[in-house]
Amino acid sequence: MSVTADLSVHRRHTRRGWGSTALGIVILIVLLFPVYWMINVSLQPSGSAVGTPWLPIHLSFRGYSTALSQQSRNLATSLVVALGAVVFSLLIATPAAYALAQFKVRFASVFLFAILISQMIPGIVIANALYAAYNDVGLLNSIPGLILADSTAGIPFAILIIRAFMTSIPQSVVEAGRVDGAGHVRAFVSIVLPMSRNALITAALFTFLFAWADFLFALTLTTTENVRPVTLGLYTYIGTYINDWSSVMATAVLASIPAIVLLVVAQKFVAAGTTSGAVK
Amino acid sequence: MAEYHSLSDTASSGPAPRGTGTVHPAAGPEAPSADENLPRLRPWESHRARERLAQLMFLLPATVYMVAFFGYPIVKNFVMAFQKYTTSTFYTGEAPWIGLGNYRAVVTSSVFSKALVNTVLFTVGSIAGQFVIGLALAVFFRRRFPLNGVLRSLLLLPWLIPLIVSGAVWRWILDKDNGALNRFLAAIHVTTEHPGWLTSTSLALISVIMVNIWIGIPFNLTILYGGLQEIPEDLYEAAALDGASGWQRFRYVTWPMLRPVVSVVLVLGVVYTIKVLDVILGLTNGGPANASQTIATQSYHLSFVQFDFGQGAALGNILIAISLLFAVIYLRANRRAVDE
Repeated sequence: MSVTADLSVHRRHTRRGWGSTALGIVILIVLLFPVYWMINVSLQPSGSAVGTPWLPIHLSFRGYSTALSQQSRNLATSLVVALGAVVFSLLIATPAAYALAQFKVRFASVFLFAILISQMIPGIVIANALYAAYNDVGLLNSIPGLILADSTAGIPFAILIIRAFMTSIPQSVVEAGRVDGAGHVRAFVSIVLPMSRNALITAALFTFLFAWADFLFALTLTTTENVRPVTLGLYTYIGTYINDWSSVMATAVLASIPAIVLLVVAQKFVAAGTTSGAVK
Repeated sequence: MAEYHSLSDTASSGPAPRGTGTVHPAAGPEAPSADENLPRLRPWESHRARERLAQLMFLLPATVYMVAFFGYPIVKNFVMAFQKYTTSTFYTGEAPWIGLGNYRAVVTSSVFSKALVNTVLFTVGSIAGQFVIGLALAVFFRRRFPLNGVLRSLLLLPWLIPLIVSGAVWRWILDKDNGALNRFLAAIHVTTEHPGWLTSTSLALISVIMVNIWIGIPFNLTILYGGLQEIPEDLYEAAALDGASGWQRFRYVTWPMLRPVVSVVLVLGVVYTIKVLDVILGLTNGGPANASQTIATQSYHLSFVQFDFGQGAALGNILIAISLLFAVIYLRANRRAVDE
C-alpha cells in the first residue's frame, strides 16, 4: 500500500527516498542472510561440511531429492495436522468470538482474561500434563492428539483476532437479520460469517502457521516414527552428527514454504485483518 | 445464572429437553411447542432465559477447550509436582505422594541456580536487543521511500518460518569449523581462531540470545511501526516549527506517544521469551554443560529425557510463578505510573 503512496511523493523527495531504499535493502540483506544461506546450502551439489561456496554456482537438487525421499511422509503429517488444527480452531473460536463481540455476557470479561492468562502458561507445562492424559486415553502418537494440542496456539489467537473484527459489525445489522425471523445460528451463519471473511482467512492462515511450526508437542507427544511432523524430522536430523547439510537445509526450506507462501500470496489478508481490527 | 436456573427448572417439567431447540428455533417442530409448555413463566422471562442459553451455547465449545487444554494442565501440573514419577510410572500407574520432595530436589539441584540466571539473562538480553533494533527499524521505516512496504513485509520472514528451522540454519552458520560466520570473520581478518559459538561454555548463551533477537526483531518492528503510525503528523510539524532536533523529536514526541505500545511489546516479549524452548533445544540443547540451560529447557529435560515428570512439573510451576510475579509487579508499577 505504501508503494502506491510513494508514487505520489514529490520528486525532490524521491532522490533522498532512493537513498533510504538503498539503506533498507542493506538492512534486508543483513537480516535475511540466514534465509539466503539456507537456500544456498540446500542447492549445493555436495552436502559435505567443508567450505560451502558463497553462491550456488553449481545448482543441484540432490539435497531436495534426499529430503523428499526421507521427509515426504513427515511433510504430509505436518500438512494434515496443520489443516486439522485450522478447521478445529475455527469451529471452536468463531462462535466464541461472535459471542464475545456481540453479546453483553458478564462471562465475557472473565473469558478474555482467561485468554490473556493462557498466554502465560509455558508450552512445556501443557505438554507435561497432556503426556500423562494422552497416555491414559491413547492419544499419544496420533494425529487428533497433535491437532488438539497444536490448537492451544491457534484458538486464543483466532478468538482475539476474529472478535476484534466482529465488534466492528454494527449490532443493528445482526438484529435486522434476526427480526426477519432468523435465530442466532442463522444470523451467525448467514450474516456474520460472510461479513467476517477476511478475519476468518487471517485467523486460518496464522493458525495453520502455528500448527505447522509446532515443535514442542511433536517432540513430547509423539514417540514413534509413524506420526512425526517435519519439524521433528528436522530436529532428529540436527540431533545427530551431520555430514550432509544440503539435505538438512533442503528440509528446512521445505518446512519454510508455508511461511513464504503466506508472505507472498496472503499479504493482503493479513493486512486486511489487522487494519479492519484496528480501524474503528 | 438465575435465568439459566429458571429455564432448566421449566425444562425438566416438560416432556423433552429443549436446550437445542432454543438454539435452532426454526429448525424443528418442537420449538413452538416449547412456548406452550412454559405456562408458569411470563413470556419475556422465558424469552430472556432462552436468549441467555443460546448465547452461552456460542461460548460453550471454547470454554470446554480452554478448561481442558489450559485449566487442566495447570491443575494437573500442580498435582504432579507432589508425586514421584519414574520411567515405569506410565506402565504401572504408580506415582506415590512425596510432598514437597520434588520442589526440594529441583531447587537444591546444581543446575537450578544456573538455569535461573540463564533464564533472566536470556529474557532480558533477548528483549533488550529485539526492542532496540525493532524500534530503530520502525523509526527508519517511518520515512517515505520507494519499496518501503515490500522491504518491511520481507523482514517478517524470520518471524514466520518455524523456530526449529531457524535453529537448524543458525546451527550451521555458527558451526565452529565450517560455519559461515567464522569463515566470514576469517575472511575479513577479525579472527582466525574459529570461536565455538555453540560449543564453548562462555559463548553458547550469548549465541542463543543473538539468534533469539534475530527471531524477535520482526515482531517488535511490526507492533512498534503500527504504534508510530498512530502518532499524528502535526505533532512533528509543531515540533519542527519549534526547532526541535531529530533526537528531541524522538525524546519529546515519539517516545511519550509510543509508551502504551511499548509496554504491550515488552510485556508480551517477557511472557513469550521466558518460556522459549524450540530455539535453545535446536541450537545447543541447553549445553554445553548447561551453559545455555533455562528453566523451560531444564523442565523439558527432567520430564521427557529423565522421565521424572514430578520434578519437571515442579520446575514448570516455578516458571509459571515467575511469569505471574512479573505480570503482577508490572501491573502494579503501571497503575502507579497512571496514578501519578
